[in-house]
Amino acid sequence: MILTRSDLMALLPLITLAASAVMVMLAAAFYRRPQPVAALTLLGLIISCAALPLAAGFGPRQVTPLLIVDNYALFYMGLIFAATLVVTVLCYRYFGGGGSRHEALYILLLLAALGGAVLVASSHFASFLLGLELLSVSLFALIAYPRNIGHPLEAGIKYLVLAGFSSAFLLFGMALIYAQLGTMQFAQIGAMLAAPGQRLDAYGLAGLALILVGVGFKLALVPFHMWTPDVYEGAPAPVSAFIATVSKGAVLAMLLRYFAVAGAYPLQSITLALSMIAAVTIMVGNLLALRQDNIKRILAYSSIAQLGYLLVGFLAFGTMAVEAVAYYLAAYFVTMLGAFGVVTVLSRGVPERDSDTLADYAGLFWRRPWLAGVFTAMLLSLAGIPLTMGFIGKFYVLAAAVGASLWLLVIVLAVGSAIGLYYYLRIIATMCTHDPKATAGPVATLAGSVSLAESVTLAALILLLIGLGVYPALLIQVLETTVAQLA
Amino acid sequence: MLAALIFVLVAGGLLAWSAERWHRNLPRWIALVTAVIELKLAAWFWLQHKDAMDTVIVSAPGTWLAETMVAWIPRFGISFHLAMDGLSLLLVMLTAFLGLVSVACSWTEIRERTGFFYFNLLWTLAGAVGVFLALDLFLFFFFWELMLVPMYFMIAIWGHENRRYASIKFFIFTQGSGLLMLLAILALVFAHYRSSGILTFDYFDLMNTILAPSTAFWIMLGFFIPFAVKLPVVPFHTWLPDAHTEAPTAGSVILAGVMLKTGAYGLLRFVVPLFPEAALQFAPMAMALGAAGVLYGAFLAFAQTDLKRLIAYTSISHLGFVVLGVFAWNSWSLSGAVMQMIAHGISTGGLFVIAGLLQERTHTRDMDRLGGLWSITPRLAAMGLFFAIAALGLPGMGNFVGEFLILLGSYRISIGLTVAATLGFVGSVVYALALVQKTFHGENTHGWRLPDLSVREMTTLCAMAAVTVWLGLYPQPVLDAAAPALNGLRDIAAGQYQGDAE
Repeated sequence: MILTRSDLMALLPLITLAASAVMVMLAAAFYRRPQPVAALTLLGLIISCAALPLAAGFGPRQVTPLLIVDNYALFYMGLIFAATLVVTVLCYRYFGGGGSRHEALYILLLLAALGGAVLVASSHFASFLLGLELLSVSLFALIAYPRNIGHPLEAGIKYLVLAGFSSAFLLFGMALIYAQLGTMQFAQIGAMLAAPGQRLDAYGLAGLALILVGVGFKLALVPFHMWTPDVYEGAPAPVSAFIATVSKGAVLAMLLRYFAVAGAYPLQSITLALSMIAAVTIMVGNLLALRQDNIKRILAYSSIAQLGYLLVGFLAFGTMAVEAVAYYLAAYFVTMLGAFGVVTVLSRGVPERDSDTLADYAGLFWRRPWLAGVFTAMLLSLAGIPLTMGFIGKFYVLAAAVGASLWLLVIVLAVGSAIGLYYYLRIIATMCTHDPKATAGPVATLAGSVSLAESVTLAALILLLIGLGVYPALLIQVLETTVAQLA
Repeated sequence: MLAALIFVLVAGGLLAWSAERWHRNLPRWIALVTAVIELKLAAWFWLQHKDAMDTVIVSAPGTWLAETMVAWIPRFGISFHLAMDGLSLLLVMLTAFLGLVSVACSWTEIRERTGFFYFNLLWTLAGAVGVFLALDLFLFFFFWELMLVPMYFMIAIWGHENRRYASIKFFIFTQGSGLLMLLAILALVFAHYRSSGILTFDYFDLMNTILAPSTAFWIMLGFFIPFAVKLPVVPFHTWLPDAHTEAPTAGSVILAGVMLKTGAYGLLRFVVPLFPEAALQFAPMAMALGAAGVLYGAFLAFAQTDLKRLIAYTSISHLGFVVLGVFAWNSWSLSGAVMQMIAHGISTGGLFVIAGLLQERTHTRDMDRLGGLWSITPRLAAMGLFFAIAALGLPGMGNFVGEFLILLGSYRISIGLTVAATLGFVGSVVYALALVQKTFHGENTHGWRLPDLSVREMTTLCAMAAVTVWLGLYPQPVLDAAAPALNGLRDIAAGQYQGDAE
């Protein structure tokens, strides 16, 4: 296999990201100060982002049997890089700023991002597993990074065990499909199944089902969701943001590519199972969130429900479905990063735990109006209220699903969102209370000091949230180019 | 120009919010100026197009007085399409007028976070104006949902004792039912897409969608329920007494005066013209619900001891008449429904203002603890009597005209329901007089000593009283303004019948 110059150019974003991971590692080894390391990480991510349009000029291109670089992959890479950028900014002050030693964190973040980027570009089971493992292994370490405290360690181990299980399921599933068809390339699988008379036998179907189980763990679909609230609660807030966005987004994008390219959509039993999973996920996620008193747990259940909504769009199948999933994911990224961003910013200064109980947020509107405003906007976006990206995203998903006549799922989605309103409003109402007693809470003691970088990041997120919520045509134009090579 | 009606309010809201940091009283002045500008703009449209309205143009697009259309999300065929006919104009005028009233009645009531309060107030109005002008279904839904959030904040932050419960209930009822409307809109759009191959959310395009009768019925129901929740029609009304009671005065005025009207407007503008046959089939049911609302609201009203709760139930009763009028669907009942919407907005708004003034002075809404106020606050009591009488539908006031026309129209459709609704008048006399009796008459046994109305309060109430009397004595300008639009709607619906018959 000879890589030509165009191949290398198409892979440029991945190469720069990998190179910056190495650079950051070297820098951290010789110069143990977080400040330059964090700066180098940001620089690496920005360069990788800048490489995306360059790579787009050389795509769509199949580079080795493992990776395909098309607009679809590049779009998701952009999302992943941008999300990692935000998480990096959030991590810096959260983990103690210039005075502490947390350089290794940035290496892990870059590697996890690289894993996600490989996932969205993968066109082969091998690269699928490679990307997924790169992502998961970095995540164990990221979750348990504050290793002197109990909760993150517990969460890290929980995630380790379940990720191990899910990888085992995935591998076994891949093996079963390979056993029937003798190929691991998505496109070839699709071509073989498209041939008349050829269909997956029982083993192959079982394989696909096992793959879905493995992916279901990663996406935290019900009934594979048990780990999510504990891990979100235990992990440091910026890392929770990373799990909620990059890890789930990359896996879902990969799954969508697999379904479209490898011809899994026409399989009735599989789509039926997925529809049921989607319906259950929406209902369970929303219902379990109702009685939670911990913001991170509420966000965890909310993210479960959001993945259910995404799955509805996913099942609609067709160009509009691909766009809907992409738009919803973009909205979900912005929203989750913003929400966890606020939690992160408020959490600094409480060393033993994040400030994540509902009581910590009582009266936030009057003490930190700007942060509370950002948080409110993010919650309203999760609830799908106009002027935010979340509304357009939900509309897009509903439109795709109605277009495909998925009536049952559409109704479940509507009912689920109506239930969901309650817990979002509960947080907002808590922030609105003007109770003088609440001002003595731990959050109140850290008056002020949001770093400039964090302010800029949150401001950028909210501008995106409202800008694309009011004028979504900008993003939709980009999305329309990504669909062409997939559907 | 039409967009200006919305953007003035949006900009005013943002300005009021940011003005708080300079001076805490600045936001209310900004809000006042914004509301005055809005009213002037609406009045300008009225005068500008008065001539156009005199000549009755029958064809549907011809009844539109002004129109704005800009592409917005081309992927879905969504455009920023605003248009105004006589019906929209009247409701925009009502919104602007009540906006001014609600700014005036919050002048001293709201002392905390004034900037954010007036921001929410103005944005709610902006959403309502948007609803009355939007002719793209997506845009309509956008505004429909948009006005909920600031209203939620108004109740949740500045409301009374039980505000948290009331605000969340309000939001879940209206937003949840809104999702149903979104589904119905999408179902309609995709039905249109399948038959014509064009993805569009435009009102005029969708009007010609060919639907199987059963599909049309379900989609119609998907539109009807959210409007019925907002209106509210009886089985969906439970959010209303809570929300109206707990909201601050301005919130109650806007809720009763403007937001409930968006539901009635939706029935008039969308449910019947888009689905004439399904609506015809559904009309007996809807009229029965309307008549039930009239009686139910009236009976529950006079069982209340909480002043604001009483007024809230009268709204249910009054809007039952509107449902009756809309679904009777002839020219009398429709004119009556429009008249009733406007008159109810002002008279009930007036009652809420009075309840707010009493609460500001006495810190209670419990009528058992009031009484005998006539001797110490004669002006307030006289105003209370005036609006109570307006609400019971005394001839010479706007409500009488509306209810009379509705009954006249619906009599031709269903005698039984009309008679039942007429019984509601008995109830309304009882509750209106009970209100006056318990609050103002009798001995001042609780020893209240209260200041009477100030000049600002007197001006506000007198302006509202004047409009009520004007509507009652000389309703013709309003009826004239609404007539072409209503005729247009009826022709659209009738055209559908013929189109299908051919």
